[in-house]
Amino acid sequence: MNRLIQAIDRFGRSILWYVEEMGRISLFFISALSWLVRSPLKVRLVFKQMEFVGVKSIFVVVLTGTFTGMVMSLQGYYGFRLFSAESLVGSTVALGMTRELGPVLTALMVTARAGSAMAAELGTMKVTEQIDALYVMAANPIRHLIVPRVVASIAMVPALTIVSDFMGIMGGYFVGVKLLKINEGIFLKNIYKLVGLDDIYNGLIKAACFGLILSLVGCYKGFTTYGGAEGVGRATTEAVVIASISILISDYFLTALMF
Amino acid sequence: MIQLIDIHKSFKKQKVLDGLNLEIEDGKITVIIGRSGGGKSVLLKHIIGLIKPDSGQVIVDGDDIAAMNERQLNETRKKFGMLFQEAALFDSMNVEDNVAFPLREHTKKKEREILEIVKDRLQAVGLPGVEKKMPSELSGGMRKRVGLARAIALHPRIVLFDEPTTGLDPIMTEAIDKLIVDTQKMYNLTCIIISHDIKSALEMGDKVAMLYEGRIIEEGTPEKINNSENPILRQFLSGSLEGPISVI
Repeated sequence: MNRLIQAIDRFGRSILWYVEEMGRISLFFISALSWLVRSPLKVRLVFKQMEFVGVKSIFVVVLTGTFTGMVMSLQGYYGFRLFSAESLVGSTVALGMTRELGPVLTALMVTARAGSAMAAELGTMKVTEQIDALYVMAANPIRHLIVPRVVASIAMVPALTIVSDFMGIMGGYFVGVKLLKINEGIFLKNIYKLVGLDDIYNGLIKAACFGLILSLVGCYKGFTTYGGAEGVGRATTEAVVIASISILISDYFLTALMF
Repeated sequence: MIQLIDIHKSFKKQKVLDGLNLEIEDGKITVIIGRSGGGKSVLLKHIIGLIKPDSGQVIVDGDDIAAMNERQLNETRKKFGMLFQEAALFDSMNVEDNVAFPLREHTKKKEREILEIVKDRLQAVGLPGVEKKMPSELSGGMRKRVGLARAIALHPRIVLFDEPTTGLDPIMTEAIDKLIVDTQKMYNLTCIIISHDIKSALEMGDKVAMLYEGRIIEEGTPEKINNSENPILRQFLSGSLEGPISVI
């Protein structure tokens, strides 16, 4: 019995911790937002971050997008074949990619690549007093470090999602039409018929929200790092965990709102 | 003039500063000595508003820093330069961009002019020609000198030093000490140095103050400090295990 209570206690604590973190991250967001409104954007720093978050993530996004589309096509084929509806494979892949898997997988990959790096870099800056040095030089670190990363992520995660959507559909096309010999005309026609532009747009809006979440969490965790090298490691791990969970949870609510 | 009046500061349950009072004169070198982990860095961070006191006042040129909002604080901070313990150079930028940072941030000077100033400051700290190096390529002593060049880039009136010679060999320690004294004279700076290096403190300081258990227990000229009868100070100066400061 005691063990059970302890387990419930631990579970409750971790939920509390998560909710508290969300609250602090929201406050952090407000202060980043106020800097975005108050002062001109550091365009050079934004471009630098766009390169890091966006351009350098293209390769992983192409790979994950392509293979996800391919496996969906394969699974869809096995399923639909049972009631002779192979013609729907193309549209299923396209809808799945644009509405759901494109934005979510892209955001998770960028979290792992760039969100973790933000936490590690800012965390190291924090423990080596570089963030204090910015304050001392009357240069606000939120403006210099946080705003460019958040803006770059909001812009680049949707851009990467477009790449991922496209590659997913191409992968699905390759497996469905070239390997499994589904009729090409029907495959494409159903995509045209069943996938609307708003499916794509809504997916991109989601992606922008995910970009905001992953960059905010990464920056917040880095910014509040304490305790040397160990602290940087802890901040990086927590950033990836919190951002991934938040992306998946917010995905449900965004979907419920949009579709 | 900088005055710290009845500063109290605790972190969680640990009291770090406990009714601290100190006056720092313009154009002089004030060295604050004390044990490692005794709150010296916390004290220094109060002077520049990185940490706010739980109670008490930090008066810089007649204004209370502790009561300032961010904009006022940033205006006041332009009077300051600070050399951090590990120099805190931005490791994503090369030396030139590091030293140029405050100039680009707070002046409308042309790029050519800025690079001239950077060159001049690096010359002043004895490191000509390292502009294009990254901080990771520099030794500890060189980083501190670049840190000093950055701290004085904007011609501040007050420069704070957080243990400027910790972790350096005796010769480099001597070199940094001399550099601080020379720079102080050259730009007529108010220097506040925290250190646990007694020898340096007594040589460089116009005034030396000893921080112990959250208060200044003794202050004055190096001679006065050196001849003090205070048993805590005597133990600290002699580096003895015997005395009122319990170590182990």
